[in-house]
Amino acid sequence: MNTLSRKIVMAATGLFLCLFLLIHCLGNTQLFLEPEQAKLSFNAYSHFMTTNPIVKIISYVLYLSIIGHVVYALIITLKNRKAGGLYKRDNRGRASKWYSRNMGLLGTIVLVFLVTHFANFWYIYRFGEFTAVDANGNKDLFLLVQETFTNLWIVILYVVAMIALCYHLIHGINSGVRSLGLFHPKFVRWINVIGIIYSVVLCVGFALMPLYMYFTQN
Amino acid sequence: MKLHLKIWRQKDRKSEGKLVDYTLDNVNTHMSFLEMLDTLNEELILKNEEPVEFDHDCREGICGQCGVVINGNAHGPLKNTTTCQLHMREFKDGETILIEPFRAAGFPVKKDLKVDRSAFDRIISSGGYVSVNTGQAPEANTIPVSHEVAEAAFDSAACLGCGACVATCKNGSAALFTAAKITQLAILPQSKEERKQRALRMIWQMDQEGFGHCSNTEACEVECPQGISVLNIARMNYEYNRASFLKFKKK
Repeated sequence: MNTLSRKIVMAATGLFLCLFLLIHCLGNTQLFLEPEQAKLSFNAYSHFMTTNPIVKIISYVLYLSIIGHVVYALIITLKNRKAGGLYKRDNRGRASKWYSRNMGLLGTIVLVFLVTHFANFWYIYRFGEFTAVDANGNKDLFLLVQETFTNLWIVILYVVAMIALCYHLIHGINSGVRSLGLFHPKFVRWINVIGIIYSVVLCVGFALMPLYMYFTQN
Repeated sequence: MKLHLKIWRQKDRKSEGKLVDYTLDNVNTHMSFLEMLDTLNEELILKNEEPVEFDHDCREGICGQCGVVINGNAHGPLKNTTTCQLHMREFKDGETILIEPFRAAGFPVKKDLKVDRSAFDRIISSGGYVSVNTGQAPEANTIPVSHEVAEAAFDSAACLGCGACVATCKNGSAALFTAAKITQLAILPQSKEERKQRALRMIWQMDQEGFGHCSNTEACEVECPQGISVLNIARMNYEYNRASFLKFKKK
């Protein structure tokens, strides 16, 4: 592997994760329905997403992408630390955006969130002692979502993580497509604009979910 | 004007360097930054001290030989200039100026402010050339090149090879330099013959020299004396993918 191919792995896994986020966000908008309807609809959707064989295969690709993205981020960061120079006075930050220089930090916040997120829902839904079912006989994930988001600290963590994710995505999308080799100025500009809109809409959408669940119950 | 200077002094590659304080009176504001260093060196020589070594050549901003980090920025506070084109009027009377060499794993310090940038030469010699048959010069219009392509190649070829991109990059990446050199040739018809191997070899050599990964912060373009576009790097990535794919297909 060389410096370019490592960045290609980062870009490919990252852009796949972006695609996943869109599907995840669209699916979750069911939480905003009328509570009775949201419960049935969201639980049926969750049942489908955990049992459908095609979705299952994609979910394994997803786990691999997350692991690959993290592992390569670590390798690249460590190598870059060694390659870059340290100055007694450093004013180099004036030439670039803070979030483009701190993708590792933003990514770590997202990773901490991700572990919590998996523990909150994924683990309990799949492996925990989880017996509640709704009127259709599906596991009542909606109830778990409601219960989880009565905890203010979890809501705060989720919102902070979405702010971090937003900046991570704004730089990530722009950087990723160029690591893959998109160099035409016109298309790069389009991707830049689309990337910002995508990141903001997606993260605002995600952040509204815990906030909505918290405030409708308190 | 009066200046307080903090200059990185290092005896040779192996020794530890340190910042040394100097005070310089009567600096003319019309002096270039290098002339200011010349003035300091004259004083040091008269005092029987060793002068500060730094790289320079044309002092017209076109050779890419000079380059130091001034107050934490490659080539100093002005954007898109070389050190020799920076004048003392950009500084305040009584200001403290911190001068350091370019720093990166690929650029070891030779002495004081002089760094070894021969890594760039090795990247160029690994593939940054066009093989042509010797003989009479061909008629200039034998191979047509459109105006747009010629201008685009010139834009990339404007790179001086000064290394400010590497010094500015937090990752010490030589992506902008290598990309500009690959791109200027990749788009011209005369150099299409070696397009694949050029990209692969130059990128391979770039990695051998210990430069870091490009994380697209775009700082290099901002500090580059020629404002070489970061899209050259995207172009290099494209050339790398193209060459890797075609190599794979041939097997």
